[in-house]
Amino acid sequence: MTKLLPMNRRSFLQTTASGAAALGLAPSLFSTPAAAQAALTVGFIYVGPKDDYGYNQAHAEGAAVIKAMSGVTVVEEENVPETVDVQKTMESMINLDGASLVFPTSFGYFDPHMLEMAKKYPDVQFRHCGGLWKEGVNPMNTGSYFGYIGQGQYLNGITAGYASKSKKIGFVAAKPIPQVLQNINSFLLGARSVDPAITCQVIFTGEWSLAVKEAEATNALVDQGADVITCHVDSPKVVVETAAGRGAFVCGYHANQSPLAPEKYLTGSEWAWGNVYTDFVKKAQAGEKLGNFVRGGLKDGFVKMSPLGPGVSEEARKKFDATLTEMMAGSFSVFKGPIKDNKGGDAVTAGQTFAEDAIELESMAYLVEGVVGSTS
Amino acid sequence: MEDTGIGLWGVPLAIFAGAIRVSTPFIFVSLGESITERSGRINLGLEGTLVFGAMAAYAIAVMSNSPWLGVLAAMATGAVFGLVHGWICKFPRVNDIAIGIAMMQFGLGLAFFLGKPFIQPVAPHLPSIPLGGWSDLPQIQSALNINVLFILGALLSMVFWWAFKNTRVGLILRVVGDSSDAARAMGLNPDTVRLLATAVGGSLAAVGGAYLTLFYPGSWNEGISSGQGLMAVALVIFARWNPIGCFLAALLFGGAGALGPALQSVGVTQGYYLFYAAPYVLTLAILVATSSPTRSLAGAPGALSITK
Repeated sequence: MTKLLPMNRRSFLQTTASGAAALGLAPSLFSTPAAAQAALTVGFIYVGPKDDYGYNQAHAEGAAVIKAMSGVTVVEEENVPETVDVQKTMESMINLDGASLVFPTSFGYFDPHMLEMAKKYPDVQFRHCGGLWKEGVNPMNTGSYFGYIGQGQYLNGITAGYASKSKKIGFVAAKPIPQVLQNINSFLLGARSVDPAITCQVIFTGEWSLAVKEAEATNALVDQGADVITCHVDSPKVVVETAAGRGAFVCGYHANQSPLAPEKYLTGSEWAWGNVYTDFVKKAQAGEKLGNFVRGGLKDGFVKMSPLGPGVSEEARKKFDATLTEMMAGSFSVFKGPIKDNKGGDAVTAGQTFAEDAIELESMAYLVEGVVGSTS
Repeated sequence: MEDTGIGLWGVPLAIFAGAIRVSTPFIFVSLGESITERSGRINLGLEGTLVFGAMAAYAIAVMSNSPWLGVLAAMATGAVFGLVHGWICKFPRVNDIAIGIAMMQFGLGLAFFLGKPFIQPVAPHLPSIPLGGWSDLPQIQSALNINVLFILGALLSMVFWWAFKNTRVGLILRVVGDSSDAARAMGLNPDTVRLLATAVGGSLAAVGGAYLTLFYPGSWNEGISSGQGLMAVALVIFARWNPIGCFLAALLFGGAGALGPALQSVGVTQGYYLFYAAPYVLTLAILVATSSPTRSLAGAPGALSITK
């Protein structure tokens, strides 16, 4: 043969499988479309280990919720790089496991990997965790879902504001992208709602997962007097353990880290992906259309708070509960003008108020006054 | 407002503390590799050995509740990795660098596979010696909380430096490393010496991994190493195969690595990506300054495949 067949191993398997099925050789080995409707197979793909006390664990906990639903089979794969590897994983889930709904949960899976697969498998539904889906640009069998977790960081900030004696709090951040900046700003604004003199020192590590650098950053923050630390990295385990080891309080992120530091853990803003996935799966089972652009915050059950730890005072608890009630009613806004940025410019002008789903917040490029740090 | 920060003093303190905290894995891997390379072989697989040692130490410490058993387990696994590398390289026309890369990938994969159930449990930490009791400042006390493995590494580097020069074992290593033919003429078997040297090197590298999981940062996950094992192999060349040089180079790397976070913590927030590159810029500068077009690397073992 002089030219290569335009066929890879997966499509070869698929072709031979359908050939075999047609001959009646493998009636039960490969699921047919009719069988797939009765039982739904859902695929989850994680970029890291699914028990990392962080981003991936939050998704895996969500997957565990739908695993318990009847008629649902969950297939999972972890440590899948954001490369062509994820396409192979998706093909294998679709062809070999019969998945008809796939959740690639990491940011870099979207373009081009998920979009390629969506073109190749128009009958499979793809929903990506992130925020890039656009109507008219991206295929209709794809979509994105995400949560507004900024309000959770504001609540973290309230407990931090009461717990801090030095009036200095710290934030270990991965990269200066809008989501991270919004979390830093919300954390400080929450603390400043308790005491306007509080400042927040931020250290960017430059990567989503760098254990030694995260530990160094935490130590540097504590050395400079910060006594409440939170973070936005993939796995907060190192930051939580290091900060608590130095005697600082910590606020969690992504998942519940209180088992790592039961005495020092104030609270944490966690994802509640279980609710989101349950909703998707119910719709898929009922044959309804799945949403293409799904968003929600605390009040929609996309985000939840860890139980308050022993370091949270009665006073703090009251303000926390009152603010949470307002947020649940939908009448609370973190970014309410006037707010200055930390270079002296206007971040939010007087009279301007952004609701948590305001599109302006998704392109945030500033740090508010009181945050010591720089976006570049 | 009660100010407990230490201002600009935080930068030198962080560099000092960072040099001690971050350098230990570099010290052990580079000491181990200096023995292996002195025998005339290069083991690039130490990154895999380090990560596997990190996992093994953590797993055994979780199960036995003793961090020291964890360190011993790491040493044993490191020695096995070294023996495998040394055994394969014994065959004619086998390239030690290629085997090293294969062993690195093998070690990483096996560590991730076996380490899965140990990401969540918490292991007991290795003890440290509080030398900062004289100071009232918690920052200094914390910086001087020195781990026993660091002290051990410092002592080992001096012992190795002395032993390379003054002992029979040191002489054998150097002869084998400089010329296989001369070694054979002396009645030594170069393959056996290199096998043992690679095994010792591997077990020391695994101790570096044990430090990562059992002391600082002190937990096992798949991203625990950010390439310390690979960097340490380069450090050996940088230190010209001198164990004391390895120790100092490791300190330099630890301290330079702490510079980025420390500068941000005192408010120097612009250009942190550049500060994070500091250790590498420093390495390049020193290598350029100390190299010469007219002579070969001083101290390089003659039988090493990179100098042949």
